[in-house]
Amino acid sequence: MAGASSKLSCATDGHETYNEEGSQKERANSSMFSYILKRLLTAIPTLFIIITIAFFMMRIAPGGPFDQERQLPPEIEANILKAYDLDKPVYEQYFIYISKLLQFDFGPSYKFRDFSVTELILSGLPASFQIGGLSILLATFIGIGLGTLAALYQNQKTDYAIMGVAMTGIAIPNFVAAPILSLVFGVYLAWLPVAGWGDGAARNLVLPVISLALPQIAYIARLTRGSMIEVLHSNYIRTARAKGIRERLVVVRHGIKGALLPVVSYLGPAVAAVTTGSVVIESIYDIPGVGRYFVNAALNRDYPLVMGVVIFYATLILMMNLIVDVIYSFLDPKLRVGA
Amino acid sequence: MSNALNMNDKLASFNDDSAEVAGRSLWQDARIRLMRNKAAVVSMVILSIITLMAILAPWLSAHPFDEVYWDFIQVPPNFAEGFWFGTDENGRDLFVRTLYGARVSLMVGLVATTVSLVIGVVYGAVAGYMGGRVDNLMMRFVDILYSLPFMFFVIILMVIFGRNIYLIFVALGAVEWLTMARIVRGQTLAVKKKEFVEAAHASGVSTTKIIFRHIIPNILGPVIVYMTLTIPQVILTESFLSFLGLGVQEPLTSWGVLISEGSKVMESAPWMLAFPATFLALTLFCFNFIGDGLRDALDPKDR
Repeated sequence: MAGASSKLSCATDGHETYNEEGSQKERANSSMFSYILKRLLTAIPTLFIIITIAFFMMRIAPGGPFDQERQLPPEIEANILKAYDLDKPVYEQYFIYISKLLQFDFGPSYKFRDFSVTELILSGLPASFQIGGLSILLATFIGIGLGTLAALYQNQKTDYAIMGVAMTGIAIPNFVAAPILSLVFGVYLAWLPVAGWGDGAARNLVLPVISLALPQIAYIARLTRGSMIEVLHSNYIRTARAKGIRERLVVVRHGIKGALLPVVSYLGPAVAAVTTGSVVIESIYDIPGVGRYFVNAALNRDYPLVMGVVIFYATLILMMNLIVDVIYSFLDPKLRVGA
Repeated sequence: MSNALNMNDKLASFNDDSAEVAGRSLWQDARIRLMRNKAAVVSMVILSIITLMAILAPWLSAHPFDEVYWDFIQVPPNFAEGFWFGTDENGRDLFVRTLYGARVSLMVGLVATTVSLVIGVVYGAVAGYMGGRVDNLMMRFVDILYSLPFMFFVIILMVIFGRNIYLIFVALGAVEWLTMARIVRGQTLAVKKKEFVEAAHASGVSTTKIIFRHIIPNILGPVIVYMTLTIPQVILTESFLSFLGLGVQEPLTSWGVLISEGSKVMESAPWMLAFPATFLALTLFCFNFIGDGLRDALDPKDR
C-alpha cells in the first residue's frame, strides 16, 4: 500500500517536473542566444583591459628591445627605433598598436625579423592545441572515472589508493614530473623519445600530454569524488534506489550528472592551468608550440610577440569560461539562463 | 573513549547546546578531530622538521651554501667529506643549498599567503557585509581579474622588474587573494544574518567594528583551511617561476632553481634532481594533507 502510494506520487512528481522543464527549455533557448551575446560583449572590455595592462607594464620597464652589448651607431639605432615607432611617446605607440590590432595586425616580431607575430603564433598553434587539448580530454575522462570509483568505495582500499595517487599528482608539479618521466621512459627504458616533436607523432605526444594531464587528473578526481559522495547521499538518489533501479544505472544515469557540476566549472581554470603549464612542458620537451615563445620573447623584450601570446591565451581562456558557463547552465536547471 | 566521542558528536548534531554541556568549544573539538587524523599529524611532524632544518641550515652542515669546492664538482652523495646530498655543477654542497632553498620556498609561501589573506579577507568581508550594489561591483571586479591569465602577468613582471624576492611576495599574494575573497564573501553572507550581528547593529556598533569584531572571527574556519591550501599553491608557483629562471638570484637559491639545474644534468647527476624534488614534493604533500585534515576537522557537516 505504502509502496503504491509512493509510486503514484513519484509519477505525478515526474510529470510535473517534465512539464516545467519543457517550458523552461523553450525560454532558455530563446534567451541563451542573448546570454552568449551579452557575455561576448563583456569579454571585449575585459580583453581590452588585459591588453592595456600588458602594454604599459612592458613599456614602463627599464631597458628596450634593441639594447645590445655592442653600442650601435646612433643614426642606425634611431632608424631602427623609428621603423618600429619606438621613438614616439608611449601613449602614441599605444594608439598605433590598438588601431593595428583592430585590423588583426599583431605587428612584426622584433627578434624573429622575417616573421610577423601572427605567423609565429599560427605556426605554434597545432602543437600547442594538440598537447593541450589531449591532456584536457585525458584529465577529464580519467579524473571523472577515478573520482567516481573512489566515491563508490568510499573509505575502502580502492578509495585510499586512488586518493593517494591523486595527492601525488597534486604534490609533484609537472616541471618535476616531466624530467622524471623523460628520464625513466626515455633514457632508462628507452620506450619513448626523450624529447622532440617529430611532426606530432603519437610516440612524441605521450610524455608531454601525460605530464600536463597528471595534476589535472588529480584535481578532477578529487572534485568528482567529493561531489559524488554528496550526490550519492542526496534524496533523489535514495528515491532512485528505492524504486529498485540497478546500482550501476543509479550511478551512471543519476549520480554522474549531478556530480559533474563542480567538474565542469573547474574546466575553465583547468584550461588556464594547462596553458601556463605548457610554457614549461613545451620547453622541457622541446615542442614547437606557442608557450615556448613566451618566456624567451619576454626576456628579449620582444613586445609584439609577448602581447600576441598574452592576447591569444586571454582570448582562449575567456572563450573557455564562456563555454563552461553555457554547459553549466544546461546541466544545472537551477542556474538555467533566463529561468 | 572513542565511543563516548561518537556519542557526543551525534548529540551535537541534534542539539547545539550539548557541545557546551560537554565543555568543549568548536575549536577544541576540531583540534581533537585533527589529532585523530594520522596523515595530518604525520604531515605536521614532517613539516616541523623541514622548517627546523631550514632555520638551522647554517649550523647543520659544515659547508657554507655558496662555497665552491673545486675538487668536488658534481660528486654524488659523499659522507666522508660531509656532502650528504652530493654537490652541484659548481661544486657547492647540495644539502645546505637544499635547506637554503627551503628557507626561500617556505618564506615565500608564508609571506605571499599572508598578503593574499589580508587582502582577500578584508575585501570579501566588506563586499559580503555591505551587500547590494557595492557587493555587486566588488565581485564583478573579482570576476574580471579571475579571467586574466595571471601567470603571464607575473612572468612579464618578473622579467621586466628583475628577480626581486619582495616582488615575488607581492605578485603571488596579489594573484591568490581572489579565491579567498570569494570564500570570505560567501561565509560573510551567511554570518551576517545571525542574531548577534543584528544585535550589534541595533546597539549602534559601527560597520567597521562589526566586520572586524563579529564577522571575521566567525568565518575563520574556512579561511584557515583555504590558507593551508594556498601555501602549497604559492610554493608551487614560486618554484615554477624559479624553474623558468625568473625566481631568486644566485648565489641564493630555491627548490625551483635547484630542480631546474638538476633536470638539466639528470642523466649524469640524478641526485641533483632527486633531493630538491623530494623536499618540494614532501612539503606540498604535507600542506595538502594538513589542509584536508583541517577541512574535515572544521566542517560541521561531517560531525
